[in-house]
Amino acid sequence: MSGEVVLEARSLVKWFPTGSSKLLNRPTDMLQAVDGVSFSLDRGTTLAVVGESGCGKSTLGRLLARLIEPTSGSVILDGTDVTAASSKELLALRRDIQVVFQDPYACLNPRHSIGQSIGTPIRIQKTLSRAGEKERVRELMGLVGLNPEHYNRFPHEFSGGQRQRAGIARALALSPKVIVADEPVSALDVSIQAQILNLMEDLQRQLGLSYVFIAHDLSVVRHIADRVAVMYLGKIVEIGDPESVYDTTAHPYSRALLSAVPVADPRNASRRTRIVLTGDVPSPVDPPSGCRFRTRCPKAEARCATEEPLLVDAPGRRAGEHLVACHFPD
Amino acid sequence: MTLLSVRDLRVTFGTADGDVHAVKGVSFDVSPGETVAIVGESGSGKSVTANSLLRLNFGADVRTSGQVLLEGRDILAMSDEEVRHVRGREVAMIFQDPLTALNPFYSVGRQIGEAYAVHHPEASKKELREIALDSLHKVGIPEPGKRIDQHPHEFSGGMRQRIVIAIALVNSPKILIADEPTTALDVTVQAQILELIAAMQAEHGSAVILITHDLGVVAEITERVMVMYAGRVVESAAVADAFVTPTHPYTRGLLKSVKSLDSVRHERLESIPGIPPSLINLPSGCPFHPRCAHADSLAGRCSTEVPELRRVGPGSSACHLPDERLLNLLGGAHER
Repeated sequence: MSGEVVLEARSLVKWFPTGSSKLLNRPTDMLQAVDGVSFSLDRGTTLAVVGESGCGKSTLGRLLARLIEPTSGSVILDGTDVTAASSKELLALRRDIQVVFQDPYACLNPRHSIGQSIGTPIRIQKTLSRAGEKERVRELMGLVGLNPEHYNRFPHEFSGGQRQRAGIARALALSPKVIVADEPVSALDVSIQAQILNLMEDLQRQLGLSYVFIAHDLSVVRHIADRVAVMYLGKIVEIGDPESVYDTTAHPYSRALLSAVPVADPRNASRRTRIVLTGDVPSPVDPPSGCRFRTRCPKAEARCATEEPLLVDAPGRRAGEHLVACHFPD
Repeated sequence: MTLLSVRDLRVTFGTADGDVHAVKGVSFDVSPGETVAIVGESGSGKSVTANSLLRLNFGADVRTSGQVLLEGRDILAMSDEEVRHVRGREVAMIFQDPLTALNPFYSVGRQIGEAYAVHHPEASKKELREIALDSLHKVGIPEPGKRIDQHPHEFSGGMRQRIVIAIALVNSPKILIADEPTTALDVTVQAQILELIAAMQAEHGSAVILITHDLGVVAEITERVMVMYAGRVVESAAVADAFVTPTHPYTRGLLKSVKSLDSVRHERLESIPGIPPSLINLPSGCPFHPRCAHADSLAGRCSTEVPELRRVGPGSSACHLPDERLLNLLGGAHER
């Protein structure tokens, strides 16, 4: 690990207006999708962001690539403030940060050939001539394990895994520094997921890529993450090196999330103690006071309702190795 | 005693591109109160198999053959009227997406009551409401008295799936078919729903047929597993055997592809090369042979001859490899 920061989020906040009053002509409620998220990503490494639906992980991914505007806070990409960039500057910045989406069926234009789709960023950015683009696309197809001879085929002629390879090739077209991958394997079959995860690892080594890998389950990220962040209702509740987060989990929510992962080994299943959380995730429009997890937390006490826990070093860990936002961490 | 016996089930869908052979000769038995899982990837035929049990495969050109014997009566040979008496009363089903399974216009109480009234036309409105209230309570919906008059959009995904389960169980069916019941749910909610299914099964004594792609879910709640590939059962065994000593190369590959919580950072995942075959143009011989690491070792037999499901060790496997190799696919110790 080089230790050099390539991407940094500083107190990112994104509130979506929801519900509106005709009389006052302004939104009445705010959905707090991302509420004060900070982290840094080292060059050539992978940060995994894990959480359940509605925790704000996808919104965070979109903020990082500035597909949406933050309410406040900033994103620093290699020393440049992405959030303050003008639209012209932003076009140049997009060469450095690209996104891979979850649904390989929805992210490719069905009327464009695979080759055209992969070459789209090159045409928009005008980085290469038409002939150069074709050459580059064939090279990219080879790189992600697609047959370059299939350049003129259309998305419906490919399987889900192959389409996701095309999505990755498109994200690589401009040789970005950072790729935000939003659940890139969730829509794929188990045997194909492993292929795509291995491909992403190979590409990271070959090209020195940095990943922000968004996932909803902790088992997927165990293989690829150099740093794991667990989100709950718009906030990071725990972040640290995977060995520390998985083996000495500090936050009660992360513990529940880990214990809920079904394990495909019947001998293990009976040994594990499962923490089943009661109830549902509260609404992000009206999150609980104090600690947002307290309404479902087995350890919650009076203090949790009044005082919001800060993200600080977990007890007994090296500074920065493993941070947790809990009044009663393990 | 056998509750359900499926014999040589075959389902073919005629399409413009040719016949899709979704299920190609599946046979299995289910005993009362038992939990059986059917595992496979997209296109393996697991959902079509499940739908066939209640004759729910619809389309312009669907051809089904074989037998589905429920306590000796062949569901495939019944009249539409007779099947209606089986559906929801003797055999009930839970679907993957609870939002599309529920009617957005009716209150959940009415929908639960309706499921009961279909098979009990004599029940009064008051009775139906009491039954709905009791069902909501049993599946763990808080404040059922208040929630009974609410509509599906007022519930979360996990709560909706609880309501779907309440509807499925309102007639105490002998068999509950659950087609990917937790796939659309978050992992902590999935844990709640799996616990609920297990608890409800214990209470009603129903047999459960669980359709899933998730080997973890299988290991959590079922006793017996059938692994399907390209419309055929390739391995059938007790979960404790199949997951510890798989006897089919495909099952082994699936187990190896599963991401584990206690792996090492940047450890390479073992993956199955290639992609599942097209069901219109199946490979000759064993459908798995183009992706199988052992296919070259048997002098071309794998690409010419379809392996039959046969007894191997404690379970069965449809593979040409000799028994001693099948029983040792993981190479001695189970190293996961």
